[in-house]
Amino acid sequence: MLKDITIGQYFPGRSPIHKMDCRVKLILTIVFIVMLFISGNMIGLYVGVVFTLVTYLISGIPFRMILKSLRPILPIVIFTSLLNIFFIRTGDILWEWKFLKITDNGVRTAIFMTIRIVCLIVGSSLLTYTTSPIDLTDGIERLLSPLKKIRVPVHELAMMMTIALRFIPTLIEETDKIMSAQKARGADLETGGPIARAKALIPILIPLFVSSFRRAEELALAMECRCYHGGEGRTRMKQLKLHLVDLIAVFYVAAFFAGVIVTNILFKAVT
Amino acid sequence: MAVIRTEKLSFVYGEGTPFRKVAVDNVDLEINEGEFIGIIGHTGSGKSTLIQHFNGLLRPTSGEVYIDGEKLWDDKKKLRDIRFKVGLVFQYPEYQLFEETCYKDIAFGPKNMGLSEDEIDKRVRETAQLVGLKPELLEKSPFELSGGQKRRVAIAGVMAMEPKVLILDEPASGLDPKGRSQILGLIREYHKEKKNTVMLVSHSMEDVAKHCSKILVMNNASIYCYDTPANVFHRSTELESMGLAVPQITRVFDRLKAMGANINDDVYTVGYGKDLLCRMLSDKGGQTPDDN
Repeated sequence: MLKDITIGQYFPGRSPIHKMDCRVKLILTIVFIVMLFISGNMIGLYVGVVFTLVTYLISGIPFRMILKSLRPILPIVIFTSLLNIFFIRTGDILWEWKFLKITDNGVRTAIFMTIRIVCLIVGSSLLTYTTSPIDLTDGIERLLSPLKKIRVPVHELAMMMTIALRFIPTLIEETDKIMSAQKARGADLETGGPIARAKALIPILIPLFVSSFRRAEELALAMECRCYHGGEGRTRMKQLKLHLVDLIAVFYVAAFFAGVIVTNILFKAVT
Repeated sequence: MAVIRTEKLSFVYGEGTPFRKVAVDNVDLEINEGEFIGIIGHTGSGKSTLIQHFNGLLRPTSGEVYIDGEKLWDDKKKLRDIRFKVGLVFQYPEYQLFEETCYKDIAFGPKNMGLSEDEIDKRVRETAQLVGLKPELLEKSPFELSGGQKRRVAIAGVMAMEPKVLILDEPASGLDPKGRSQILGLIREYHKEKKNTVMLVSHSMEDVAKHCSKILVMNNASIYCYDTPANVFHRSTELESMGLAVPQITRVFDRLKAMGANINDDVYTVGYGKDLLCRMLSDKGGQTPDDN
């Protein structure tokens, strides 16, 4: 059934990483990405790999989730490695056929880039694994709030995100119901060519649109009835506060970051 | 022969997850043709899940469903034919309307059955009349109608398929008293005219008592009893313990009995209660209050 699909990737848990303030998590994720990109050689990248693995262990997220997060980027990884292998023409030639040439530099860069991309995706998906979507929008809102000074409607955007996330399960349930109702009237959703199938969606999409508009209107009314008037002067149910765990996390990331810088100074960069 | 028969039917939501919930548990049921059945049960007792098995919308986790002696889910291609045989009207069916005109919406089911244009036209007009929709409304957009009228269109959309069994999940919920009795009245009319099997899920004991020839009581995912209204409402204390009730009029007569009134019958409709009271009063040999 439709209901079984997961919303977002949040994986509930009680690890120190789950407990962290999500603002800190967001910033440290960005630091982590920077760290991967400034590391100029294999050794520096290994520091990044170790960081990713250790952080995964701490978070208690099962390792199969790593594979799950990698599946969508597999084509990109293969594509970039092929480009690197065939288009870097410096260094010793390993293999040659007509105009194709593979060099040791090319292979090295390909491996380097692959590890970098994999680390990047695996590491940053840890953010979405350990933070619920609602917390995440909350954190983004807080981090972006300085932009309010230049009239970016940060609160409104965050509220829209939150509402959208909140209503995904509701809409799925609604779709399920409408689908059952139309199937009960003999709607055929499974057979036929692409055009027939697209046409078969009309009896589902129209009621869904109608009820979404109705729901949006009702929600707006309900919010106004409770005196909602935008973000000004609004307090929060969940106050974000920094804890010891956040401080430790900052030092933890800083240590690895320093490690990467040291390796950059000590070892030669990859082409 | 039973038109619907289930054998050890079970359905579990979210099998293999922490949210596992048994919604229908080992149900054996036999429903004969031509009955008007009321299904009652507290919220979450599995009524809606059970009825979705009768037209193959849900696949049983275990057990079998037979419609007209034919086993469901043996041949997936036959499922669509089963859905024309067992018509299901969901709760708040007006939210499924989608066509430009009421006519086209009612014709959606018959069209899917592959009937001829003439036959479709005949059925749409017939059912529209049956549910009390004026012919001029048929050319209007369903979104322009009132809530009660929308619901009639939606119910007509299923009735127009002329299913052997018509199942309605709380067809009267959210309507005003007049709309309620009209909708239920037209369902009864349909039952009388077509002699089809009708199943009615309801939370109103009064409605069930008034219209149904048999009542199916669901409790905690299984069938508590399946019997005539008189026998079901005879067990008032048991019904109350599972969050249900007996019709108000039954409670009134229970109290009268407790106060010593000489009543032997079970009363569960207002009409019968009135007759009984009148008879009792006249039996007292002219000692009606007027004479004193």
